[in-house]
Amino acid sequence: MSLRSYVIARLLLTIPMIMLLLTFVFLVVRVLPGDPASLHFEKQVNPQMLLEFKRQLGLDKPIEIQYVEYLVGLLRGDFGKSMQDFSPVSQQIFSAFPATLELAIFSTIIMVLVGVVLGVQASRSYNSVQDHSVRIFGIGSYAIPVFFLGEVMIMIFAIYLHLFPAGDRIYPGMVPTGLTLGGLHWSTGLYTIDSILEGNPSKFAMSLRYLFLPSLTLGTVLCGIFIRLTRGNMLETLQLDFVTAARARGLKERTVVYGYALRNAFLPILTMMGLQFAALLAGAVLTETTFSWPGLGRYLVDRISFRDYTAIQGVVVFFGILVAIVSLAVDIIYAYLDPRIRF
Amino acid sequence: MPLLDIQSLVVEYHTFRANVKAVDRVSLSLEKGRTLGLVGESGCGKSTLGLSTLRLIPPPGKIVSGQITLDGIDIINCPEEEIRRVRGKRVGYIFQDPMTSLNPVKKIGAHFVEMIRTHEPGVAEGDALKRAKEVLGRLGILPERINDFPHQFSGGMRQRVMIGLALALDPDLLIADEPTTSLDVIVEAQIIELLKELKESLNLTLLLITHNIGIIAETADRVAVMYAGRIAELGETRALFEKPMHPYTQALLNSVPNITKKDQVLSWILGAPPDLAEPPPGCLFHPRCPYAFDRCKKEEPLLLKHNSSEVACHLYNRR
Amino acid sequence: MSNERRQGRILVQLFPSLIGLARRGLAGWAVLIGGVIVATVAIMTVVSPWISPYNPIAINVGPILSPPSSEFPLGTNHLGQDMLSRVYSGGSIMFQVALLSVIVCLVVGVPIGLFASYTGGYTDKVASLVMDSIYAFPGLVLAIAIAAMLGPGVVNMALSIAVVYVPSYFRIIRSQVLTIKELPYVEAAHMMGARARKTLFSYILPNVIPSIVAVATINFADAILTAAGLTFVGLGLPVSTPDWGWDLTYGRRLLPSGAWWAITFPGLMVVLLALGFTLMGEGLSELFNPRLQR
Repeated sequence: MSLRSYVIARLLLTIPMIMLLLTFVFLVVRVLPGDPASLHFEKQVNPQMLLEFKRQLGLDKPIEIQYVEYLVGLLRGDFGKSMQDFSPVSQQIFSAFPATLELAIFSTIIMVLVGVVLGVQASRSYNSVQDHSVRIFGIGSYAIPVFFLGEVMIMIFAIYLHLFPAGDRIYPGMVPTGLTLGGLHWSTGLYTIDSILEGNPSKFAMSLRYLFLPSLTLGTVLCGIFIRLTRGNMLETLQLDFVTAARARGLKERTVVYGYALRNAFLPILTMMGLQFAALLAGAVLTETTFSWPGLGRYLVDRISFRDYTAIQGVVVFFGILVAIVSLAVDIIYAYLDPRIRF
Repeated sequence: MPLLDIQSLVVEYHTFRANVKAVDRVSLSLEKGRTLGLVGESGCGKSTLGLSTLRLIPPPGKIVSGQITLDGIDIINCPEEEIRRVRGKRVGYIFQDPMTSLNPVKKIGAHFVEMIRTHEPGVAEGDALKRAKEVLGRLGILPERINDFPHQFSGGMRQRVMIGLALALDPDLLIADEPTTSLDVIVEAQIIELLKELKESLNLTLLLITHNIGIIAETADRVAVMYAGRIAELGETRALFEKPMHPYTQALLNSVPNITKKDQVLSWILGAPPDLAEPPPGCLFHPRCPYAFDRCKKEEPLLLKHNSSEVACHLYNRR
Repeated sequence: MSNERRQGRILVQLFPSLIGLARRGLAGWAVLIGGVIVATVAIMTVVSPWISPYNPIAINVGPILSPPSSEFPLGTNHLGQDMLSRVYSGGSIMFQVALLSVIVCLVVGVPIGLFASYTGGYTDKVASLVMDSIYAFPGLVLAIAIAAMLGPGVVNMALSIAVVYVPSYFRIIRSQVLTIKELPYVEAAHMMGARARKTLFSYILPNVIPSIVAVATINFADAILTAAGLTFVGLGLPVSTPDWGWDLTYGRRLLPSGAWWAITFPGLMVVLLALGFTLMGEGLSELFNPRLQR
């Protein structure tokens, strides 16, 4: 099967999946509780006010029309209106998204780095104390609720040791501004990149400082699967003839392990990164809340306390679409790299 | 002083079920310029023995006791860095299956360059490639093929590449572990001829591990017959073939089909090799031995001199 | 081999003796240790009314925010509640929610999985599509969406979690069924005229049970962590019941004042319980399906 036909087939599969997801979310938010608008008001509310409220949000129309408007709106990038102030949810989403993206990126880096390095070390000392400890760590780290680990990190590193900040994304007033050339302004919303664009190393260092604890927390909790994957793969590969033959030629152990054996594990690790993305987002929700990180996750939790159901719907839909796109991208990259599909 | 001296080597595999003695108190020595053949069935421990000379036993295997000395170097106890320098440079190793032993995503030339530059860091890539082409040329591989991948070669050619890699750094000792088992008969003959030529021209010391007795007869000066991790018989090739002493050796030689004899009934050895997790008492071969008597079931026969060879069998050690 | 003996064989495989477990290597130990942990915590929770020194929800039984001492070995929280008593009894909600969600998953996921994968064709394709869509979605987020709409309560939490994890069961069952379906002895049964339902129950189900047990055990751990997550996000239960998740959530605010004991001990209990189930589940997975690609 050529690359092109694979991509097309994959795309065709993504569309019904997204549709299913959108419909599912719609059913949960608009149909399940009966009337999200009444639910929003805890106490009794003037029926006149309720009607006006519903009208503003488009919740007074029959359910089928609501569904169509919902889908059409999404195509235009409209994620609904907040129940709190009728402002477009998409605005909030797109302003909070870069923070979550940055957290996700750095958490992934830690997750993969820690996971792979530990996995390799464990595989090299098969059945030793080191091997067993790493394996236990891999299983155990996932058993720790990410927000508990976050709190512990804050306790130790921020409160007792004063090494890292306990929350937020950057010191007030130190937001990197990106690059301004002539009349054009380039900024990504990712503080690390923006500070580089701005040419301000102190802001760069600062943004890293603030990123460190949250990424470490989220990365640690999710690295277990990478440890297991790498270790398993390496154990298999290290048994293969060409690895023994390479050693027999006197190649350095480091070359053998990383150059020969790890190459094999590379593709599965890549796929796993894609698969873990959803877990990453879920974890981000809790991590952002713990570290007061101004991302989508914290926005979602925020909206819960305000009973802002339409906003919740918008965020959840956004998450769904995001995950679908990312897994599509990962699958395509994988297909591109896997020689079996190419040739 | 022998180039390679193995004394009472014991190699065990630790599994959950039991400790399996893959190599049980084996002693061998190999003089410079000579060829030793190591013969035995699959699973008798000969490959393990070969790998242990370079400390390449994979876990859960372990060298438990004994001594291996290569030209004065204590193989078992020397530091990791030292054994790494021995591998490839002082000892060349030829593996059984060249397809799985070569890195499928690396060009042939790259294999050589990597190895040469690991052992001789100053060498430029161009020079390394030149040397590779030279070596391969002597083995009958055209120089332009240096940029090809392993899967682009036929089985016989791949084995030549393996031999080339093993010889590229002028090692003192060449170990060939079943070099022709994965090849067809005609190619096998070619490779054996090649090995014999190289032996002469380079004055190689060769340890030839195989289950094919025919090859041993052609190439080895001395032969060691292994059974279930132990040496059954050890002696000069001619003597061993003309007058095999150990019942296992006899049965082995008898089982080779002979094209000249008419109406030959194929003979085989009754039974199967022992389960090394629960080995039989006494002589490991006694359940299958036509001459087994009482002593064989109780006492393990030691490898002792008899005439000019050594044999581990109670038939020859009546005391 | 007769049906009964085959089922017997499988059941023997399913419940290896304890000694047999220890001999089966690392995986066996994992199951053993995990099982002991889970059993201990469960028993502790059950007998908590009798062993708690104080009523876990009674406030002001001690000074507010006092550190661990001989009188209050695990300290007290901001409401003056004894942390030790709260630790003893805080697992109850977690167990209930987790158990309920696993039961729902089994009742819903197993039949769908069996039926869809056995029938094949469009049923299988549609079911797989739906399940894959849910599976791909960030679990906690989906649970949040559902729990937010359903409101607080043990049942609602359990349902939210169940929806998220049904696809895991579906997938494992499906992959097993697809393999077993093709095996010669199933084909042979067909040729001898066995009806679909008989094949399904007598042949396929017994072979699928080990995997289901393994998945369910791991699922317990996931359910506990997700329940904790839901509580943390504000979708937990009303304050009255003692709950580790609650302590974890509200203990946050006590940290800056240095009261580390309010969240550490409940947190450790959650970790312990989740770890116990995970060890069991991973161990069982390994025993039933050695080196299964995960």
